[in-house]
Amino acid sequence: MKEKLANPEYNVNIQGRNRGGLIWQWIFQAFTVIGIIALTALLLNIINGAFGYVALEARVDPATLAVDGVPLQDQNKDQLISALKANISIGAYNKLEKDKPFAKQSAADVRQLILERVVRYDVKKSWTLWESITRANKIKTEAAESYPGAKLEFTSWLTPDFIARPQSSEALTAGIRTAILGSLWTILFTLLIAFPLGVGAAIYLEEYATDSWHNRMIRTNINNLAGVPSIVYGILGLAIFVRTLEPLTSGEIFGFADPSTANGRTVLAAGLTLGLLVLPIIIINAQEAIRAVPQSLRKASYGIGATKWQTVWSHVLPNAMPGILTGTILAISRAIGETAPLVVVGASTAISFDPSSPFSKFTTLPIQIYQWTSRPQDEFRSLAAAAILVLLIILLSLNASAILLRNRFSRRY
Amino acid sequence: MLGTEIMEQQKKMSLVSSMEKKTSSLRGRRRVGETIIQGLLFFSGFVSIFTTLGIVYELGKEALLFFQMPEVNILESLTNTKWQPHTGNFGIWPLVTSTLMTTVIAMLIAIPLGLAVAIYLSEYATPRARTILKPILEVLAGIPTIVYGYFALMFMTPLLRSIFGRDVVEIYNTASAGLVMGILILPLITSMTEDSLSAVPRSLREAAYGMGGTRLEVALQIVLPAALSGIAAAIIIGLSRAIGETMIVAVAAGAGPNFTLNPFKGAETITGHIVRISGGDLSYDSIDYNSIFALGLLLFMITLTLNIISQRIVRRFREVYE
Repeated sequence: MKEKLANPEYNVNIQGRNRGGLIWQWIFQAFTVIGIIALTALLLNIINGAFGYVALEARVDPATLAVDGVPLQDQNKDQLISALKANISIGAYNKLEKDKPFAKQSAADVRQLILERVVRYDVKKSWTLWESITRANKIKTEAAESYPGAKLEFTSWLTPDFIARPQSSEALTAGIRTAILGSLWTILFTLLIAFPLGVGAAIYLEEYATDSWHNRMIRTNINNLAGVPSIVYGILGLAIFVRTLEPLTSGEIFGFADPSTANGRTVLAAGLTLGLLVLPIIIINAQEAIRAVPQSLRKASYGIGATKWQTVWSHVLPNAMPGILTGTILAISRAIGETAPLVVVGASTAISFDPSSPFSKFTTLPIQIYQWTSRPQDEFRSLAAAAILVLLIILLSLNASAILLRNRFSRRY
Repeated sequence: MLGTEIMEQQKKMSLVSSMEKKTSSLRGRRRVGETIIQGLLFFSGFVSIFTTLGIVYELGKEALLFFQMPEVNILESLTNTKWQPHTGNFGIWPLVTSTLMTTVIAMLIAIPLGLAVAIYLSEYATPRARTILKPILEVLAGIPTIVYGYFALMFMTPLLRSIFGRDVVEIYNTASAGLVMGILILPLITSMTEDSLSAVPRSLREAAYGMGGTRLEVALQIVLPAALSGIAAAIIIGLSRAIGETMIVAVAAGAGPNFTLNPFKGAETITGHIVRISGGDLSYDSIDYNSIFALGLLLFMITLTLNIISQRIVRRFREVYE
């Protein structure tokens, strides 16, 4: 053995081969690092956009709106209403009253209206977080020179207010409440349609289906559906739910016909579309969960005389439920992030009122992000970054709960 | 010993036969509830078939209407290099070339990176590194595509413009959309490849090591070929995902069909065009409305073919190990 190793012919290439191996190992590692860098860059880029200096210019200096030395922040509702009345045209005031009576609004709402309609802060320029940290002094001199009337503020675009405010066309007063509620409504209907159908299909395929041609067709078909691009589902939803089933999705047959929403581009249509989209995901995950339930449980159940459905309902389903729920959460997080099919189905982009029924017009968080990203002004892109942070936080917590669920309830038989 | 067993057997048999007698009244009972439930379950299984039929029927019907319109001619749309609905030009090429361009760029990023990361994860990484890296991949895979779109527009495009010059690279360009799409597809290819690499049995690796192979030689000459069918399937699925990807190109690749092969110029892909056209209030039976169905059908056909090919590859070329 030793003689052989000492033989130079045997060792002739070993150094070269080892060196090659080492180099390739470095290359593989470097590529992995590149992948991690890409993810880091993505997250940093979003955080970079969501915070930073902003030069604000007011049309009306808020100091002039102080009454008897009481600044705007501390005035009560009546004072605020009179201040609003004094500074906008009577027509505009009546329109506001008509949109939402002042008697129903809180002082904070009215103050918001004053900021929007009277003070009207205007973003002159905004800087990213990186610029704000590294070039703070330069930014200050630049702002003082270019926008003498403006005040420079370090702004976080992501605030509790940002989440609680409705949509608006002004960057500073825009919020994502409308979009979040729209997302929730849509997801509700997505779940209502996809969960029972998906779990039912999985039970059928795993417990009832024999190996016949039509069951094989269903299986192949589900795998193929999972690979259809989401935008194709959007087109399908446009043709079927928005157009053909318009009386249903606009609420006409239930007597809810609202002329402003009667074209079928509603929460319900979007929910149904996304339901079809996530159906394969739910089916595939539920199938796996059901398959993992050991055969002995079923046999024990049959052994004491249970029927097929009794066995499925009281033994298979409870044991498969954690896995089914994990798959459902993954499906929800897919549906929440989905943008393209909803654009096609016709999510409105400029609505400022909250969705209130399945037949409301709606917008969702990703649509709002898309809308803001497509606008050329920097401040709207900052808004988009802030909204992305909210979306990512929602998705992360959903995925974390899926993982927790999986670990907590995963049983080994 | 044997005798007692037989005795027990006989006891059991007589028990069973006595039970059969007692329960014979239950035998013929029909359970309507069970049948209804089974019917409902079968129906939910069939919904997926309805979905496919719905896609094919609706897309086919409207696409047919599109091709019957006087302005549209199938032959012409295959030769024309302009897509301008308002002037009656419906050449498919500008949309197809830009789709191909973003896809090719994405695959150029995703295939080498994805394979390298998968090989690293399955053959080199310590268990500890793997427990850190795999969740990162899952996070990457779970980020919505609109976020990648933002990233393309706000990070990749400025980066490209600072490298190649602002005159060369337009604000909206297919290169940045394609590069970011590559990052999007990377986790997909990595996880599928990693799965098929780790499915290769240990004995193959150990045999190769026993013959004196280095780690690289084992990975590239033994494990990779053994997992080739899974890797090919992963690449094809990635390809189909890239072709159908929408939001990145809608945000970053530019609006307006443009027949160009320059990746630094803006050009609209098939998906990007559908999103832009349907963004406004689209009126039914207009040529725009019908055109998105024709484009959707094209998209559906391409991705369906790719998916079927990938399934075939897995089924036919899979090496089965005990």
